[in-house]
Amino acid sequence: MLLGRTAASLFWMARYMERAENMARLIEVSYRISLMPKPFRAHQDDWSSALKSAHCEATFNSKYEEASQENVIQHLVLDRENPSSIRSSMETARNNGRAVRTALSRDVWESLNATWNELSILRSNQLTSDKLPGFLDWIKQRSMLFRGAMLGTALRRDSFHFCQAGAFIERADNTARILDVKYHILLPRGSGPGSSIDRQQWASLLRSVSAHRAYRWAYRDASYQPWNVAQFLILNPAMPRSLLFCYEWISNNTLSEIEEEYGDGTLPCHETANETMEMLANADMKKIFQSGLHEFLSDFIARNNRLTSEIAMAYNFP
Amino acid sequence: MGDNFNEMLEADGSVRPPYALLHKWLETQTPGDLRAKIREAEAIFRRLGITFAVYGTEEASERLIPFDIIPRIFGANEWRRLEAGIAQRVGALNAFIDDVYHRQEIIRAGRIPADLILQNEAYLPQMAGHSPARSVYSHIIGTDIVRVSADEFYVLEDNCRTPSGVSYMLEDREAMMFLFPDLFAKHRIAPIEHYPELLRQTLDSVAPPQCDGEPTCVVLSPGIYNSAFFEHAFLADEMGVQLVTGDDLFVEDGWLYMRTTRAPVRVDVVYRRIDDDFLDPLTFNPASTLGVAGIFDIYRAGRVTIVNAPGAGIADDKAVYSFMPEIVEFYTGEKPILNNVPTWRCSDDSSLAYVLEHLEELVVKEVHGSGGYGMLVGPTASKKEVAAFRGILEKRPSNYIAQPTLALSSCPTFVKSGVAPRHVDLRPFALTGDRMRITPGGFTRVAMKQGSLVVNSSQGGGTKDTWVLED
Repeated sequence: MLLGRTAASLFWMARYMERAENMARLIEVSYRISLMPKPFRAHQDDWSSALKSAHCEATFNSKYEEASQENVIQHLVLDRENPSSIRSSMETARNNGRAVRTALSRDVWESLNATWNELSILRSNQLTSDKLPGFLDWIKQRSMLFRGAMLGTALRRDSFHFCQAGAFIERADNTARILDVKYHILLPRGSGPGSSIDRQQWASLLRSVSAHRAYRWAYRDASYQPWNVAQFLILNPAMPRSLLFCYEWISNNTLSEIEEEYGDGTLPCHETANETMEMLANADMKKIFQSGLHEFLSDFIARNNRLTSEIAMAYNFP
Repeated sequence: MGDNFNEMLEADGSVRPPYALLHKWLETQTPGDLRAKIREAEAIFRRLGITFAVYGTEEASERLIPFDIIPRIFGANEWRRLEAGIAQRVGALNAFIDDVYHRQEIIRAGRIPADLILQNEAYLPQMAGHSPARSVYSHIIGTDIVRVSADEFYVLEDNCRTPSGVSYMLEDREAMMFLFPDLFAKHRIAPIEHYPELLRQTLDSVAPPQCDGEPTCVVLSPGIYNSAFFEHAFLADEMGVQLVTGDDLFVEDGWLYMRTTRAPVRVDVVYRRIDDDFLDPLTFNPASTLGVAGIFDIYRAGRVTIVNAPGAGIADDKAVYSFMPEIVEFYTGEKPILNNVPTWRCSDDSSLAYVLEHLEELVVKEVHGSGGYGMLVGPTASKKEVAAFRGILEKRPSNYIAQPTLALSSCPTFVKSGVAPRHVDLRPFALTGDRMRITPGGFTRVAMKQGSLVVNSSQGGGTKDTWVLED
C-alpha cells in the first residue's frame, strides 16, 4: 500500500528518467547524421524530424523561427520552457523523487540527486557542440545508473512496480513515435535493396533505440530489410525496446504483480494492458503493412495513453 | 569579544577537561587535512540532498548549511545540569499551555496579565477547554540556549510550535562518525541516533483516546518547496511512517483518512510541520491549501492527535517569554535552573524609552518573528541600520522586544584562516508523551563570521556535531 500521490510520483519519476535517456539518444543520432556528407542527409530535414519524434514541435515553434541545429539542440537539451527537454525531464524526475524519497532506496535517491546537482549548474554557453556527444553520453550513463540502482536495491513491491510501469509506458511511447515519424522510409517499395541513403536512415533509426548491433544478431542480413526493422522494433519479444517486449513486461511483470499484491481484483488498466499485449503477440507484420503502419502506430499510441489514465484512476493518483 | 567564555580554553590558556583529547588531536592536524575533510563532508551532504531552501534569494535554491568539523563538547556533569534545567522548563511550558486553555490559574493569581494571553495572536480561543491526550500540547520543544560562563546558561527562546534542526543534529553525527572514526573510538560519546525511535514512541503514546489498536502516525509537510522538507522526509523515513501533504488527507464521517493506492487508511496521529494558520481552512485561514478541511473539529472530538497542538505557540511568544521565571516557579514550585534573558517589552512606554535610548547595545526582535529575519543586533549594526530600525520600532513598538547582547561563548571552529573561536548556541530537543525524553546534546549552531552573534542558518550560520561525554 502506498499513498496515491507517492505511486504517482514514482510512476512519473521513472517515466521522466526514461524520457531524458531517450531524448539523449535521439539528439545523438540527429547530430551524427548532421556530420555526414550532404547526399546522406535524407529525405527531409533531420532536425525537424527530431523535433517531431520528440513531440516537441509545438513548444519549439512558439519560440523559434528556424529549425537550425543550434536552436533544436538548445530546445531539446537545456530549455527550461520545454517540459520534455533533458534538463526539464531530469528536474521533474528528481522533484518527484524528492517528494517521495522515503519510498526510494538511498542509492536510487543519490543517483537521481547527484545527476541533478551537476545538470542544474550547466549553462547553455558551456555546452558547445564539441562537448555535446560527451554530455549526451553522460546523460545515458546517469539514466543507466539510476536503473541499475533501482534493479539492485529496490524492494520488489508496489513501489517498484509503479516505477517500472512508468518507465516501460514511456519507452513504448518513444519507440512508437520514432517509428511513426520515420515510417515512410520503411514502407516496402517494390523489390531490390534500398539505396545507400535508405540504409543510412534505417541504421540511424535503429541507433536511436540503441539497437543497431542487436539487429544484426537478430536478423543475420547484412543489408537492412525495412520489414525486418519494423518487425524488430514492434514485434520482437527479445528486443527490450520493442512494443511487444514493453507490453509483456507491463502486463506480466508489473501490473499483474500489483494486482496480486493488492488482491483487489482486475481493474480496467489490467484489461487494457492484457489486450494490448495479446494484440501485439498475435500481430503479423504483413497485415500491419497492409492496413497501414501509420494507422497501426497511432492506434498503439492512443492505447498507451489510455493505459496511463486508467492506472492513474485505479490507484488514486492525485 | 576577547572576554567571552571559550568552550575549549580557560582564560589562562589551559584546556578545559571535556576537550582534553580533542585539543591534543587538533594539534596533530594540518589545515590541509582539515580542509580535505570539510570538502569530503560537503560532497556527502550535497549527494544526500541535505539542504535547506533560503527564502527570498534569486535561485529559489537549495543550499548546504556550512558544516564545521570541530565538535562542541559537554562533560557529563555539565550536561546533567543542563538537562535538569530543560526538563524543568519543558514541564512548566506544557503545564502553562494546559492552564491557559482551561482554568487560567496563573492569570487569576495575578502572575501574568490577562491581556498578554487573551489579546495575543498566538492564543487560539478555539482551543479553550480542549484536553489533548495526556494533556501534552508541545510534544517536541527545541529550547535555544546560550552560554556565557562555565556555569551560566541563558534560554533565548522556547520553540514550542514546529522546531526544526533535528535532522542536522543526526546527519552531523553520521558525517563525523564517517570522517573521524578514530575520535569516536577515543571518546565515550552518548549516542543520539535513536532520536527517531524516541519520537515514534512519543507519537504512539499520545494516540487519541478513541484509537483502538496500533496507532497510524504520519508526518504532514507543506511539500518539497518548504525550507525544512529534507527534515520532514528524513524523520518520516527514519520513523517508518508516511510523509504526507494536505492533499493526501481527508476527513470523512468524523475520521481522518489518507488516500492510498488501495482503500483509504485511517490516521490517528499527525506530526504536522505546517503552522496553525494553515492547518484547517474551515477553522483557520480559509485560503490555506496546505492543510486538511475539517481536521480541527475531529481533533476537538478526540479522534485524532495533532502534534504539536494548535495554540501551543502561546508558550513561545516572545512577550510571554519575559514571564518565564514566574511561569516556571508557578507550575514547578522551584527556582528556574536556566536563566532567562532580561527582556524589555516595547509595548510598555517606559521600556520603549529605555530601548530607544540604548539601541546600540541591545538586540531587538519581532515578537512573532523567527529565523533571524527582521531583527537588529545593536552592537554590530551600522549607524544607518540603527537609524532605520529606530523608525520601524517607533511605528509599531508593541511588535518588538529588546534584550541586552549576551557575551555568547565561543567554540573552536575551522574557518579560512585556520582554527579560530566562533560564537555558538545550542538547541536541545525535548520530547514529551507518556514521559519526557531528552536527547543528549542537541543541535549546535555557529556564527561563521568573526564576532557575529547571528547563528541562524538562514543568515549564513553553520552547524557542529554536539557531544555529551559519558562518565
